[in-house]
Amino acid sequence: MSTATSTIQEFANREYRHGFVTEIEADTLPPGLNEDVIRAISEKKNEPKFLLEWRLKAYRHWTKMKEPKWANVHYPPVDFNAISYYSAPKPKKRLNSLTEVDPELLATYEKLGISLEEQKRLSGVAVDAVFDSVSVATTFKDKLAEMGIIFCSFSEAVQKHPDLVQQYLGSVVPPTDNFYAALNSAVFSDGSFCYIPRGVRCPMELSTYFRINAANTGQFERTLIIAEEDSYVSYLEGCTAPMRDENQLHAAVVELIAAGDNAQIKYSTVQNWYPGDKEGRGGIYNFVTKRGACRGRRSKISWTQVETGSAITWKYPSCILQGDESIGEFYSVALTTNYQQADTGTKMIHIGKNTRSTIVSKGISAGHGQNTYRGLVKIMKGAANARNYSQCDSLLLGDKCGAHTFPYLEVRNASAKVEHEATTSKIGEDQIFYCRQRGISVEDAIGLIVNGFCKEVFRELPMEFAVEAQKLLGVSLEGSVG
Amino acid sequence: MLTIFNLHAKVEDKPILNGVSLKVKAGEVHAIMGPNGSGKSTLAGVLAGRDIYEVTEGDVLYNGKNLLEMEPEERAREGVFLAFQYPVEIPGVSNTYFLKAALNAIRKHRGEPELDAMEFLELVREKMKLLRMDEELLKRPVNEGFSGGEKKRNEIFQMAVLEPKLAILDETDSGLDIDALKIVADGVNSLRDPNRAMLVITHYQRLLNFIVPDKVHVLAGGRIVKSGGKELALKLEKEGYGWIENGHQ
Repeated sequence: MSTATSTIQEFANREYRHGFVTEIEADTLPPGLNEDVIRAISEKKNEPKFLLEWRLKAYRHWTKMKEPKWANVHYPPVDFNAISYYSAPKPKKRLNSLTEVDPELLATYEKLGISLEEQKRLSGVAVDAVFDSVSVATTFKDKLAEMGIIFCSFSEAVQKHPDLVQQYLGSVVPPTDNFYAALNSAVFSDGSFCYIPRGVRCPMELSTYFRINAANTGQFERTLIIAEEDSYVSYLEGCTAPMRDENQLHAAVVELIAAGDNAQIKYSTVQNWYPGDKEGRGGIYNFVTKRGACRGRRSKISWTQVETGSAITWKYPSCILQGDESIGEFYSVALTTNYQQADTGTKMIHIGKNTRSTIVSKGISAGHGQNTYRGLVKIMKGAANARNYSQCDSLLLGDKCGAHTFPYLEVRNASAKVEHEATTSKIGEDQIFYCRQRGISVEDAIGLIVNGFCKEVFRELPMEFAVEAQKLLGVSLEGSVG
Repeated sequence: MLTIFNLHAKVEDKPILNGVSLKVKAGEVHAIMGPNGSGKSTLAGVLAGRDIYEVTEGDVLYNGKNLLEMEPEERAREGVFLAFQYPVEIPGVSNTYFLKAALNAIRKHRGEPELDAMEFLELVREKMKLLRMDEELLKRPVNEGFSGGEKKRNEIFQMAVLEPKLAILDETDSGLDIDALKIVADGVNSLRDPNRAMLVITHYQRLLNFIVPDKVHVLAGGRIVKSGGKELALKLEKEGYGWIENGHQ
């Protein structure tokens, strides 16, 4: 991993902790949701009035909404009144050495190739002062600030840049957009904020790097990224290390705004939340709304995701292509094994002329996993010469899993060109035997074949993320064929 | 090096091998010939450890070890190589990557250091010359979009890189035109070595004009019914398999 990247992760880590530095007595609100709870959250976070009003509006709308049932996922009903909507993050329990950590967890870190120092961080073992250096983080923070880049926690942005927050918050995902987005808008705890000014190319990958941050990802996160004219930013979210969380329901909202001409945002996610045990018990419900708006001419938003975790994934990172000649991309690998369910895909809404979009989705199902691709390509009347290319490939391991593809096309302009290709294949016994005959173990063989299947997506990931993602797939599939 | 004794094997309750016995010493090249359905490919599959075959009787000793108790990848790491009759395609995985993974798995098993990308490339370039392979082929996914000849050449190229002790060539000549056959045979011949044994499985004598065997065995009805020198292959070419099968019944 490059120094610049690891340092920025340090930096991101500092930012995150920063938002949580104060320890509040009686820091957890009782379970349940009503307007008083929302007022209390807003007050605890010392938010400006506009934000409280915004939250309340979202809440009032949410109370009139029904949980969506159209996705191809099945789970017992969530009791929204059993959840505590504000809990000040507790510092993680500190351990003295790695010997105190769950050996199974350590074995997984080992397989993922995570360094000893990072293993300590992840599992909450106190680390060397040098590794935890504040000064390096400060240097990078200063460097970004010099360029006019704002990268901080959402809470900090609310305090320091309320105008930007007010201008853009909810401008892509309105608080009334859908059930989970409305809930998030009412109660979101924290998240990330990023602003790239005109003409600036962000010199490093920005990362929230939960891997280092370990805890405190928050149940209801909010991310807002704004790129002005001629700017560029690449943002990494998530981590390959296994993430456990007591909160079963996660409903995040991510909004990207490529505001000016030629603005570019590249957003990469690796998600490896607890998927539940082999019988499908426990595991996180991940109901996320991610959407980007390409408002400038020739602006571009690119989503790349590798989803291996969560019991249920419900997620459709989308692009609204408003600016003429703007470009939207979606590259996805979704893996479901054991009893995992994923219903994921994208929406590409073509509004501007000569807009282009590319969708490459790779679904892998093993065990009893159910993997659904659901994608919408919508060409509006004014989107002359819009083009879309979609490719959805499914790979099945074993005979108890399922792959489903639901492409929706709405074309209202005759000059548009829309292509869709889909394939389904099974990992063959003969492929595995061929690898074994060359000395490669069964598990490495599966990893190799699956990674080959996902290649077109992995090459869109930043280098070190791609390497980790490959290992992650291998580890996630262990024991799924035998 | 290899001792097969009274080997019986079946596929889905259908007996295919009915008592094969064979000894192969290091440095020797043995040809296994026989009509279709005689069990040639089954023998290759059983030796490599393919699990669709069930061994019902007999033993196979390989360098003093019980081969039948080993997993396929263990056999490979111990130096058993099978050149497939139908090499398998693995989309998206480059030939180089695949072969490097294989070589390093074997080296690791032998207690040798794994090769890094540069060292590996150097080795591979040298071996490619043997098979007159285009470097472009290395970057392409394993066997995907390869012509029949390219696939077979790729098998022998892999063998050259992995340097097995026992190489089993399963119908390597099938689907090759005469030029490709010569290239493949040249490659195989250059790999003949006093420490390496080869089992060349073929239906036709043609290949044996180029890869001259020390011994020829005829497999029929799941048993070796005749063994001899290279002249046996010529007789088979001339007279077909009928005389052996008939004589045996």
